Amino acid sequence: MLATLGLDSLDGLYAHLPAEVKLNRPLNIAPGKSEFDIVDYFRRQADRNAVGFASFLGAGAYSHFRPVLCDVVASRGEFLTSYTPYQAEMAQGTLTTIFEFQTMICQLTGMDVANASMYDGSTAAPEAAMMAVRVTGRHKVLAAKTVHPEYRAVLNTYFKYQGLPVTEFGYDGATGCIDLADLESKLDKDTAAVLIQSPNFFGCVEDWKKAAELAHKHGALLVYLFSEAVSLGILEPPRDADIVAGEMQSFAHPPSYGGPYAGIIATKEKFMRQLPGRLAGETKDSNGNRAFCLTLSTREQHIRREKATSNICTNQALIALMATVFMSVYGKQGLRELAEQNIAKTQYLAKGLKRRFSGSVFNEFVASAGAQTPQAINDALLGKKIVGGLDLARFYPELSGCMLLCATEMVKREHIDAVHEAFR
Amino acid sequence: MPGKTRQHISQNEPLLFEISSPGKRGYQLPDLDVPQVDPAEALGAANARQEIEHFPEVSELEIIRHFTRLSTWNYAIDLGMFPLGSCTMKYNPRVNEQVARTEGLLWAHPYQPASVSQGAMEIMSQLESALAEITGMDAVTLEPAAGAHGELTGVLLIRALLEHRGKARKKIIIPDSAHGTNPATAAMVGYSVTNLKSNAEGTIDLAELARLVDDETAALMVTNPNTVGIFEKDIVKATEIMHSKGALVYMDGANMNALVGLARPGDFGIDVMHLNLHKTFSTPHGGGGPGSGAVAVKKHLEPFLPVPRLKRVKDMFEFDYDRPLSIGKVRAFYGNYGVLIRALAYIMAHGGPGLRVATLDALLNANYIRKGLENHYDMPFTSPSMHECVFSHDRQEAKGVRTGDIAKRLIDYGFHPYTVSFPMIVHGAIMIEPTETEGKQELDLFIQAMIDIANEIDTSPKLVLDAPHCTRTPRVDEVGAARKPVLRWKP
Repeated sequence: MLATLGLDSLDGLYAHLPAEVKLNRPLNIAPGKSEFDIVDYFRRQADRNAVGFASFLGAGAYSHFRPVLCDVVASRGEFLTSYTPYQAEMAQGTLTTIFEFQTMICQLTGMDVANASMYDGSTAAPEAAMMAVRVTGRHKVLAAKTVHPEYRAVLNTYFKYQGLPVTEFGYDGATGCIDLADLESKLDKDTAAVLIQSPNFFGCVEDWKKAAELAHKHGALLVYLFSEAVSLGILEPPRDADIVAGEMQSFAHPPSYGGPYAGIIATKEKFMRQLPGRLAGETKDSNGNRAFCLTLSTREQHIRREKATSNICTNQALIALMATVFMSVYGKQGLRELAEQNIAKTQYLAKGLKRRFSGSVFNEFVASAGAQTPQAINDALLGKKIVGGLDLARFYPELSGCMLLCATEMVKREHIDAVHEAFR
Repeated sequence: MPGKTRQHISQNEPLLFEISSPGKRGYQLPDLDVPQVDPAEALGAANARQEIEHFPEVSELEIIRHFTRLSTWNYAIDLGMFPLGSCTMKYNPRVNEQVARTEGLLWAHPYQPASVSQGAMEIMSQLESALAEITGMDAVTLEPAAGAHGELTGVLLIRALLEHRGKARKKIIIPDSAHGTNPATAAMVGYSVTNLKSNAEGTIDLAELARLVDDETAALMVTNPNTVGIFEKDIVKATEIMHSKGALVYMDGANMNALVGLARPGDFGIDVMHLNLHKTFSTPHGGGGPGSGAVAVKKHLEPFLPVPRLKRVKDMFEFDYDRPLSIGKVRAFYGNYGVLIRALAYIMAHGGPGLRVATLDALLNANYIRKGLENHYDMPFTSPSMHECVFSHDRQEAKGVRTGDIAKRLIDYGFHPYTVSFPMIVHGAIMIEPTETEGKQELDLFIQAMIDIANEIDTSPKLVLDAPHCTRTPRVDEVGAARKPVLRWKP
């Protein structure tokens, strides 16, 4: 090949680079390692983490059992090593699964249209809020303090440099749900969106009907966020919301130290053209058979450049595919039963503890550490190979002495009994 | 049947909703070891949903057949060369998939105590160091979830630094050859976009740049090598022009696969850049994600990096959130962690010397294709190619065949198309990036396929215009899809 190019060494390929930019030394990175060494390295690092521990952590990353088929399907090279499906004629596999994903998200959320996925829940939240800004032509956003603190942090980062103000409204100290009076007092004619999360960060189910009523009365949109997708299997879908945005991690993806996950945005048909991200649509091929392709791309950056709805140009296709398989495995009945098991475990856990808030919960709740500290309880549990709850003082100083505990179908009764023991 | 392709059976497959029938199931739940609870009681009757209407009910065998059949309708790197320019579709080593699934990493919760997360943090630290060395930059954040997200982070950093210095400034200069994400990102951070017209060589026009930059200019966003596959030979002078006006230089790292081990952005004046770990460092594209858009910066931007920052205190890693100048968070937790594992595994497998050889092989392959095709397709910019080469359809258009048609015909030969109609500065662009992982045999087949198509255009253009002919699905009506959008199945 070098001879074809008239070169006598590989170095000739970059001889034209200016001398001042060339790196005149080898990279300071150790020589290549064998497959054995690489597997061994990562196993050794993994073993320094909590391996084989039971966990009561939720707070935006949930441990759910992963049906084997999720990995079987996602490991197929035809899905794993393909690109964004621009060339529809040779990407019908990916396109069809995206269309199924979009459909199931609509069925779960009660919305009309859903996109092919976003990076994750925390980035879907500001994208949904920016969408509301475009739809309403207004510039202010109200976010509940019960929305995941890291989602709010990302929202603030996205908004502050665009000069779009984000105001927070509080929660009721007794129920742990949004303070509707505080929300109402902060709504005005400049409010584009009200962001709530349900179940909220404290695990409590929010009254989205009342929140929607208030938002709509002032001409704002209601954005309903979720971080625990399994809740959609048992909670009434938020039909009065205008935009639903959330995190699909619970469906087939393990916590994986925070990522990769997949977010979604779903909305009413009338707001479809303001959706960010990829969309798969149904059409026909030249033989008249059903086919799918990416569509409405005139919203997107590669066509619209600085006038695009977002700079986003990928989705999280492989994670969304795993979620699609997960949803097909559990199906209509299984998703409900899975959600019911989560409720049962959580109620059993809560029974032995002092709950801080009275609001109805799905699979996590806030418990008071009583005379102990969350740190002391977690330390005691760690010794029994149990990762305890999240100390809330980090995000809510007013809740110091409280911790957020989550019980999914993966924790066993004996682990819950051990938590009860540690709280005593 | 041309090239590598033969006919084979491709089964029809309905949608999941069409296979579904009541009572079928593919799941088993463990026995419940705690008392059952009535959901209506726990959640409140008004909050408990009755059913998920029309949600699928299918058996395990139906599920595996459904997705396996669908998979056979996809093209993938595992099936052949994927020469998408600027996308760096290289082989995805499977050991990376395996190590990312190591139990103690896969089930690590982002909020679990640092005392039981040291291995997870060590991996991040190793990757940060390796990426800093490769780019010649001082600090790296792994938090951004994708390339465009890295761009957003980078431009936010620029804005934060300029605000800290007293004035955010108003505009960002972007060459007309740039990826669409660049202007979209600038707009998301509240900057207006000034278009920089490329010169006759397809590169930055220094005189024009000097004319455009003023004290309201925040930055230049540049891709190097640029999207025509040419190294910006005046990059050092361009960065000097920007810096002399107090502006910064952002580098889109989409084409970093051309530079690893040969040249470092940090050494040629770049202030901040992103890396696409799913391109240069071979993490699988997965049909459109997940990726990772790590951002590397020079010292002066480090205080503004997103929180948390990984730091070592004595022999223990911890996360530092006490960073008063930080732009805040761009994503929950610490980034697309599973992608980071794969990228580090790739770097370890190659090692420093191996990474450099991979770059040279990428250059070799691109130039070999250029040589093979330069007598058959027009090449608007003839400066030396780096890791990709860009032709135009000018000669073929005279016969009524355009780049998009040639791309579709390439499918019949058993290849994924190249990047079509991008960059926009090339009329009817044909943008080819083979990557280093293709061997001579596959490259020769590709070159021959492109030559055969050029000949077909001379003799029977309709054959090309109606392509593809060998796929399960012939040409798809994208216009119809957009005119009347159907975005979900309905009963």
